[in-house]
Amino acid sequence: MSIEVRGVSKSFGKFAALRDVNLKVAPGELVALLGPSGSGKTTLLRIIAGLEFADDAGGGPVAPAGAPRVGFVFQHYALFRHMTVFENIAFGLRVRPKATRPSDAKIRERVLELLRLIQLDSLAGRYPSQLSGGQRQRVALARALAIEPEVLLLDEPFGALDAKVRQGLRRWLRKLHDEIHMTTILVTHDQDEALEVADRIVVMNQGRIEQVGTPEEVFHRPANEFVMDFLGSVNLFHARAEGGQERRVFVRPHDMEIGHQAQSDSSVRAVVKRIHAAGPMVKVELESEIGETLQVEMPHERYGVLGLKVGADVYVSPRESKVFFEDYSI
Amino acid sequence: MARGNKNATIIPGFGLTLGVTVAWLSALVLVPLVLLFVRTTALSWPKFVEIVTDERAVASYKLTLGCALAAASLNAVMGSIIAWTLVRVEFPGRRLLDAVVDLPFALPTAVSGIALTAVYSRNGWIGQALGFPVAFTPLGIMVALTFIGLPFVVRTLQPAIEDLDPGVEEAAGILGASRMQTFFRVIAPALLPSLITGFALAFSRALGEYGSVIFISGNMPLRTEITPLLIVTKLEQFDYAGATALGAVQLTASFLMLFSINLVQWWTARKTGVR
Repeated sequence: MSIEVRGVSKSFGKFAALRDVNLKVAPGELVALLGPSGSGKTTLLRIIAGLEFADDAGGGPVAPAGAPRVGFVFQHYALFRHMTVFENIAFGLRVRPKATRPSDAKIRERVLELLRLIQLDSLAGRYPSQLSGGQRQRVALARALAIEPEVLLLDEPFGALDAKVRQGLRRWLRKLHDEIHMTTILVTHDQDEALEVADRIVVMNQGRIEQVGTPEEVFHRPANEFVMDFLGSVNLFHARAEGGQERRVFVRPHDMEIGHQAQSDSSVRAVVKRIHAAGPMVKVELESEIGETLQVEMPHERYGVLGLKVGADVYVSPRESKVFFEDYSI
Repeated sequence: MARGNKNATIIPGFGLTLGVTVAWLSALVLVPLVLLFVRTTALSWPKFVEIVTDERAVASYKLTLGCALAAASLNAVMGSIIAWTLVRVEFPGRRLLDAVVDLPFALPTAVSGIALTAVYSRNGWIGQALGFPVAFTPLGIMVALTFIGLPFVVRTLQPAIEDLDPGVEEAAGILGASRMQTFFRVIAPALLPSLITGFALAFSRALGEYGSVIFISGNMPLRTEITPLLIVTKLEQFDYAGATALGAVQLTASFLMLFSINLVQWWTARKTGVR
């Protein structure tokens, strides 16, 4: 099922959570709503879920007429703590009116099938308090899937989990999505999560959509300063263009080169302040002549060749930089 | 002492806190209650049986127990509604109403008894409107016991309701549950342990209540005479042994009741994994 949001605005008191948002999600797509807290991403998700109402409902904001069956996964699981894992998953089927409620045997079959899917078959009789965070979230997902939703909505589903579990679960979610092809919207403030899992990313800020695109598009061709900054670390240079106008130049740390000699006019003299060599890339923090802090990332081989030491005088040159021309800037 | 003890924890003062707890409970609760039983032994067994199975005594047990049970049950229902309203419904004067709930705690019980009698007697504001007698009947006793038990239920339920995760209700709604289903299948079971606690507190308070009841009950032998009153009557006649005999019966009954309620509560808590 496709989802279409047209001209949705929402305020809480004086705070505008969403300002005239338009969004289309194709059937079977996995879209991530990415943004800092307060950007309106959760509000948008809750409006799509029907948990919140848009301010001006006149336009009929959400496309699927009638009530689509929605599966919703909450950040803090929201499991029914007095029910076993089995009963939690069965809940959506058990509360159906008699006419459409499956038989007990059918419910059992469906729940067991979902338990296999989330790889928790052996824990059907446990209570949520006896599960780990990752297991709880998988139960929450199975519970949402039990009613065979047309749309799956995930509100920061991995936000409360530790890094290792989070990484495992997001890969598992992607795999699951590739198997069942359900239209899915995922809310997250974690750019790595969005970049890794989503087909398309919707970057949000202050109630507006800043950019919509594939992970590659938003990462390599950010539409504006906000998207560039939000999707990874950046170095900001203030450059003076012809005509005396000041330009803000953005360079990603891995697009910076360190050398012992100046390589071009845009090379900057800097002193090495810190070196983090643990990790896939070596991260070097430098201070430029005019006191700016610069971040540079390089492969270990390059680091070995350069032989950098803290306190060394070097030259930093950008390999690739971005300048954004915004009509609304002064 | 703690070294080499495999139960040693970083939390200090285990011996001290346990010592204080046991000493305090002994001095205030256990020793006086044991003394009650010791005093009872002044009576011969047949005499004891005669006193505690006396017609008036048995009638008072039934009345006390019945009214306390009815009052605690009524409080469980009405208290839940009030607690829910105070937590979930925004309305002007909520703070004020919230404070009013505590009044039965604060008022001297005799004051509440006199006030309730005045209001529920045949000429009282509410008594007039009802058209059937409340004061000086078992119903009146129930009114008094309900009054003094209300804060127990409200105050134990309020934090539990505040703790409810709104996400759980939303989850139930999204999964297709109606408001009624959400309430009975999701909210009520989550509140049950607190409700049982509140019920137990209101019930045990009602069993022992004296001050507010004696005015509104009228104290007619066999009809509206509660056990605590019977005990006081015996004391006034210097029949200390008789008073302690009745006291021992009431104490045993209360203890058994509270113990079984605790068992039920422990069982529900274990089931819901709330510890």
